[in-house]
Amino acid sequence: MLDNAWLIPLIPALSFLVILFFGKRLPKKGAEVGIAALGAAFVLSLLVALDWIGEHVPRHAVHKHTTWFELGGIDFGAGIHVDGLTVMMLVVVTFISLMVHVYSTGYMHGDRRYTYFFAALSLFTAAMLLLVVSDNTLQLMIGWELVGLCSFMLIGHWWEEGVNSGAAIKAFITTRTGDIGLMTGIIVLFFAAGRTFDIEVLNREALTGGIGHGTLLVGASLLFLGVMGKSAQFPLHVWLPDAMAGPTPVSALIHAATMVVAGVYLIARLYGVFFAGFSIEAGGINLVAIIGAITVIIAALLAFVQDDVKKVLAYSTVSQLGYMVMALGVGAWTAAVFHLFTHAFFKALLFLGSGSLIHAVHSNNMSEMGGLRKFMPTTFWTFMVGSVALAGIFPLAGFWSKDEILLGAAENGFPLMLVVGLAGAFMTAAYMTRACYLIFAGEYRGHGHPHESPPSMAWTLRILAVPAVLAGLLNAPGILLFNGWVEFEVEGVEHFLHHHDFDPVLAVGSLGIAVLGIAVASAYYFRGALNGLSERLPFLQVGHRILVHKYYLDDLFLAIVRGIQYPIARAAYWVNQNVLDGVVNGVGKGAQRTAQVVYDVIDQRMIDGVVNGTGLSAEEGGSILRHLQTGRVQHYAALLFGAVAVLAMGLVVLT
Amino acid sequence: MYLNQFLLLAAVLFCLGVYGVLSRKNAVLVLMSIELMLNAVNINLIAFGAFRDNVIGQVFSLFVITIAAAEVGVGLAIVLLIFRNRADIDLDKLAQMKG
Amino acid sequence: MVAQNVVFGILAVVMVAAAFRLVTTQNVVRAALFLAIVLAGAAGLYILLAAEFVAWVQVLVYIGAVVVLLLFGVMLTRAPIGRDADLDNDQRLLGALVALFLLGALGAVLLDAFGAQKVGDITIRRTAEVSDSIFGDFVVPFEVASILLLSALVGAVALARRD
Repeated sequence: MLDNAWLIPLIPALSFLVILFFGKRLPKKGAEVGIAALGAAFVLSLLVALDWIGEHVPRHAVHKHTTWFELGGIDFGAGIHVDGLTVMMLVVVTFISLMVHVYSTGYMHGDRRYTYFFAALSLFTAAMLLLVVSDNTLQLMIGWELVGLCSFMLIGHWWEEGVNSGAAIKAFITTRTGDIGLMTGIIVLFFAAGRTFDIEVLNREALTGGIGHGTLLVGASLLFLGVMGKSAQFPLHVWLPDAMAGPTPVSALIHAATMVVAGVYLIARLYGVFFAGFSIEAGGINLVAIIGAITVIIAALLAFVQDDVKKVLAYSTVSQLGYMVMALGVGAWTAAVFHLFTHAFFKALLFLGSGSLIHAVHSNNMSEMGGLRKFMPTTFWTFMVGSVALAGIFPLAGFWSKDEILLGAAENGFPLMLVVGLAGAFMTAAYMTRACYLIFAGEYRGHGHPHESPPSMAWTLRILAVPAVLAGLLNAPGILLFNGWVEFEVEGVEHFLHHHDFDPVLAVGSLGIAVLGIAVASAYYFRGALNGLSERLPFLQVGHRILVHKYYLDDLFLAIVRGIQYPIARAAYWVNQNVLDGVVNGVGKGAQRTAQVVYDVIDQRMIDGVVNGTGLSAEEGGSILRHLQTGRVQHYAALLFGAVAVLAMGLVVLT
Repeated sequence: MYLNQFLLLAAVLFCLGVYGVLSRKNAVLVLMSIELMLNAVNINLIAFGAFRDNVIGQVFSLFVITIAAAEVGVGLAIVLLIFRNRADIDLDKLAQMKG
Repeated sequence: MVAQNVVFGILAVVMVAAAFRLVTTQNVVRAALFLAIVLAGAAGLYILLAAEFVAWVQVLVYIGAVVVLLLFGVMLTRAPIGRDADLDNDQRLLGALVALFLLGALGAVLLDAFGAQKVGDITIRRTAEVSDSIFGDFVVPFEVASILLLSALVGAVALARRD
């Protein structure tokens, strides 16, 4: 099955086509095709995973490549590279996508573009799977761009409202800005590694010194720019909260569990390049870790001032992505990947839960919720499970993965990142407590009649709660199955990443901080002891205002666009209208005048002169020769004999 | 006897015949000039036949005589018709093909 | 050989003179007479060249029939009998030039080609030999010529019929 892993992206791609062309005519309007396809893909992913797990240790990645065409000595082709990371991503993506498909049958029921939605979901899944199995950077980029496109399509699903289309454009353009870096980075690495796109070769060359350090740093930095765009790292994180304008299943699938982790996946896949380029071994500080750390903090802070429940979860996602990037920056590869794994489950759970809330209350805002515990028990329990997992409380999933990240930061010599990680844990617990309080506790502040969601949604939540609880145990100390299955391996290079033993002190410490966070937040909201603090202290008021304006980053970007881009655009327009069009029009006028001259002089006078002249000469010649025709036979006879005599003389003289 | 004396004689007669054809107004006179030319040809033929010791010269000249006779007959018939239509056989006046 | 040359000389002079008068006389009947003289001279030449049958045919056909026919033509077309008719057209000069030019060309060619070759001894060809050749080698031309005569006869009758 490992060899045939290419089937897994193919099935959703086919389902996309089928839904696109035939969906409207099917009884369930295409949803059944999508669910069937994803179910099949999920089953295949499990089979692939089982095959991988069953392989003899040490496991070797399956690397297969077919050349599409060759151009100038460069091989352009498609291929698969299946190892532990790939297998994990396949399982996660297909599982979450399947859950979202089932959920959407309930959530999107009666929507104006129901079939189209499912087609887009299938296309997105196919593109993400393509990205995940790819063995060369070019194919990866194709998948990358395609998921960006699908994200655009799905965020703007209800594009009739200007907010939604604006958000879609913002998402697309922001990620595109990052993609400049991605493409340039791919090209730099292509040339540096001896004209190849192959990921294994890139990793090997990077780790064995085949590429110069400076080039590696440049290439890795450029790739990281792409990661910043796609995985919403500071400062290109601004699109993710706005992307919540899309339907909630979309937010769950794309902006929580799968697409945004594409950047993290990129770093994890090309880790040789990043590790060598940023000298992560050395410890201390590097670009990846710093950006990740900054992202963790600023996003967590922003989550405190949001009214929209989806925006809270969006900033939480940004913060957790910061955790993953930071983990990769400190050399804790397996920790980052494991956190990706667990985060996918509980974040998807939280988003789908929020979708359930929105569906019931017909509003995103937590100010119109409250006391929903009584009305929606399933949603309440599953949401709580997700929140606790996110906060990192033992023994749920988040605890184990976050703890590994902190361990990595501590043991690999990145003390600053350790502090940031602990602070982040505190804040995560706090803002989730705030959110839960505002939604489920107290009295209902809205106007409708909230009710529990239909089974398609409720059961999805229940199913997702299971891995949210249990997934962390895969890598619990003593079990450590995940470590064994998912490792960063490059053929020909010795294993260089360190696994650290479980440190109970750190674990207890991080747990304590998380509990402290919950306690503080509870004190603020439930007991009201710290209530009104931000109104009372001016220093906190300023901070509050900065947070509400999202650090004025949006204004900054807008100013850049207005100040730099518009003048350039205007100048370009001027050049186009006057210079380019001038040239074109000038050529046209020149041609016209030339044609006029040609007509007047050449055609009318010369050529017609020649033609008329020929006619005239024929006429004149005729009227002259006419005089020979006297009608008198003897004249003709005279001419005849005369000619004969002349010819005879000629002949005589000549011979 | 030189061969050339016969041939030159024939040439002189022929050229006189040409002059006659070109410069006579009366159609019958033109026909007479044509006969002159044909005779010159006959003299040539016979002279060559004697020179070559061949009977072909004589045979051919017999044919020429035959054809000359036929031609005069038809020619005179045509002249008669012209005379009937126009009461005049002045060749200068027969210029209706004038272009 | 002298006798032959003398005879030839006499005949040549007579013929040329008659031919010259033929083309310059203003009297149509006299022109016909001069033609007859030329034709007779030609017959004499043929005898000189030992072509007796042809000479006899010449006399019979040409002088006996063609000249008579031409005279009939003169009569029937009411040609002016007498001297004061102008029988030359205005192309005389040009005609003379052409004729002289032609004569010059022919003469040059002949002198150049045959130089001083003699006719030599002439074998006397009997009529029988001539007829053998006609009805042997040249029987097809003979037949064609007879058909030609027939068609000329029919044509002349058809043309000159008064209806």
